[in-house]
Amino acid sequence: MTEEEKLLKIEDLRVHFPVRGGVFRRAVGACKAVDGVSLSLKKGQTLGLVGESGCGKSTLAKAVVKLVEPTSGSIRFKNKEVSESEDEVIFRKSVQMVFQDPAESLNSRMTVGSIIGEPLEVHKIGDKSDRLTRVEKLLEQVGISKSAAKRYPFEFSGGQRQRIGIARALALKPELLVLDEPVSALDVSVQSQVLNLLMDLQTELELTYLLIAHDLAVVKHVSDMIAVMYLGKIVELGPAEELYSNPIHAYTKALISAIPVPDPTVKRKKVVIPGEVPSPINPPLGCAFGHRINHPRYPDSMNKSNKFLEISPNHWVLDCPCCVAD
Amino acid sequence: MTRDEQADCLLEVKELSVSFITDEGEVQALDAVNFEVKHGQTLGLVGESGCGKSVTALSVMRLLPRPIGKITSGSIHFGGMDLLKLNPDEIRQIRGNDIGMIFQEPMNALNPVRTIGDQISESFLLHQNISPKEAWEKSINMLEDVGIPAPGNRVFEYPHQLSGGMRQRIVIAIALACKPRLVIADEPTTALDVTVQSQILDLLQSMKEKLGSSVLLITHDLGVIAETCDEVCVMYAGRVVERASTTDLFANPVHAYTRGLLSSIPRLDGLPKTELSTIDGMVPSLSELNMGCRFAPRSGIEHSEEQLEQRPPFIEVKTGHWVEACPICTTL
Repeated sequence: MTEEEKLLKIEDLRVHFPVRGGVFRRAVGACKAVDGVSLSLKKGQTLGLVGESGCGKSTLAKAVVKLVEPTSGSIRFKNKEVSESEDEVIFRKSVQMVFQDPAESLNSRMTVGSIIGEPLEVHKIGDKSDRLTRVEKLLEQVGISKSAAKRYPFEFSGGQRQRIGIARALALKPELLVLDEPVSALDVSVQSQVLNLLMDLQTELELTYLLIAHDLAVVKHVSDMIAVMYLGKIVELGPAEELYSNPIHAYTKALISAIPVPDPTVKRKKVVIPGEVPSPINPPLGCAFGHRINHPRYPDSMNKSNKFLEISPNHWVLDCPCCVAD
Repeated sequence: MTRDEQADCLLEVKELSVSFITDEGEVQALDAVNFEVKHGQTLGLVGESGCGKSVTALSVMRLLPRPIGKITSGSIHFGGMDLLKLNPDEIRQIRGNDIGMIFQEPMNALNPVRTIGDQISESFLLHQNISPKEAWEKSINMLEDVGIPAPGNRVFEYPHQLSGGMRQRIVIAIALACKPRLVIADEPTTALDVTVQSQILDLLQSMKEKLGSSVLLITHDLGVIAETCDEVCVMYAGRVVERASTTDLFANPVHAYTRGLLSSIPRLDGLPKTELSTIDGMVPSLSELNMGCRFAPRSGIEHSEEQLEQRPPFIEVKTGHWVEACPICTTL
């Protein structure tokens, strides 16, 4: 991949939250929510990010849109460091986010029109009538009638609210959309409508998506590349088809085998993982997943540095003696 | 139904209708729902939000919110007793003893200010004539059965000290404490991760086999249904629209809603980036329901006035496969 093709490049990103204790609320430890993540997104591509709750997916998403300040590492957008001040406005316009729960991410006291128009107002784009036409166009784009602009969020169903959230994210003509569990709060029949909308918008507007979800079937359906995250680290990254047909890391294998298959005739081979994701405040010294499954070779992983192996073109896996078979 | 078949059924829900009093007047949440749970069987109730799955579960437990929710007609027979005819004391004897319930959100189902041991012992103390010490011992055994490590220490802990999966195991321990004959599981894994979900489903299955109980499993996830249930009822807008054995339902869905639901889920073996098939529109609000085929507005095909006004009959299209036979929405 050449440098120009990469829209977003994350390098060794770390987000640590201080854990405070004692009388003076001094930082006594750190919660390593994101611990050394490197990723890159090509223009027009969808990168799916999967993992269990507490693995740091959402923190990573927030760091990408600059809602939380990273502890270290760099986020380069279109080959420019984001922290440089004059570029920051451009960055904030071109990277937008769609949130998980459409009921909570829309202000219930604002009309739909003012919700979608707010980003335009903040960035002082156009006059009032320009904004109104833009809002109406956006509503049409996401499949809601123009008259919705004067109504309030509570008048809409979950699926429609998520469409409004998408319209708001599109208002500033962004290039990158960060979708944090965009369909997990929706019903099955509505979920497929919203996924279709997202796929259509992507081709129409040449959008790049960073899709975060825990439903692996959804992620696989819409993504080009998939990254599997475990306890703040990416453990495997690869093209969607390849990752599902040929998972290398033990965690990816277990995660894929845990998905219930909607077909009673299929008897899947389950790899049941005991326990849960360990706390990022006190992570195990060695490989976090090897520790969870109590792997006999876990002690070997204690003193190993984290290196990525390229298994096949673009298919990377975090090398670890207990989770990757030789 | 013959006498033999009746003896076969642990739970029999007949023509159950439930109404809620709301600002918009009285709305019907359940409209003459029929189903049976046989001994040792797992029956799945599947449908989207607002279709009446949870109301069905609450009606069986007689836990509908009072005074706004009331059962307007029908009967619920459990092991020969009509649950709707019991007085509050009698139903309390059954709740948690003969019928156990597992709730969706384990954090809300547990009392945050009482220890886990206290909460499990409560069922023993209420339903069995034993001393608190024995109940405590039994709670520890129960924790061990549901796969909690170091149960002797965990009994002293509070719900906030446990993870989501562990909490759900506690809720299961409470529900199964008195070895109920029927377990109602209302979205037991919806709040959990896939890996924990598969642990919990395995646990539920093994406990069911161990106790020989029947399970009424409520979920919106067809994957969970395919993996755990013997028979499925598909619910839509307060009615059961299709009922069949799990294999039959997935192989030959008859009702348009069932087919729509099955085809709209993205599959791991599906073609990536293709248009997913959808069901137009959204789940109707309970206050604007018609009497006839309720799927009509979303089916995409015009229904006649009569089909919208008259409830289609619930017929058996082949042995054990029932469907609400709207001539437009069903295809054989």
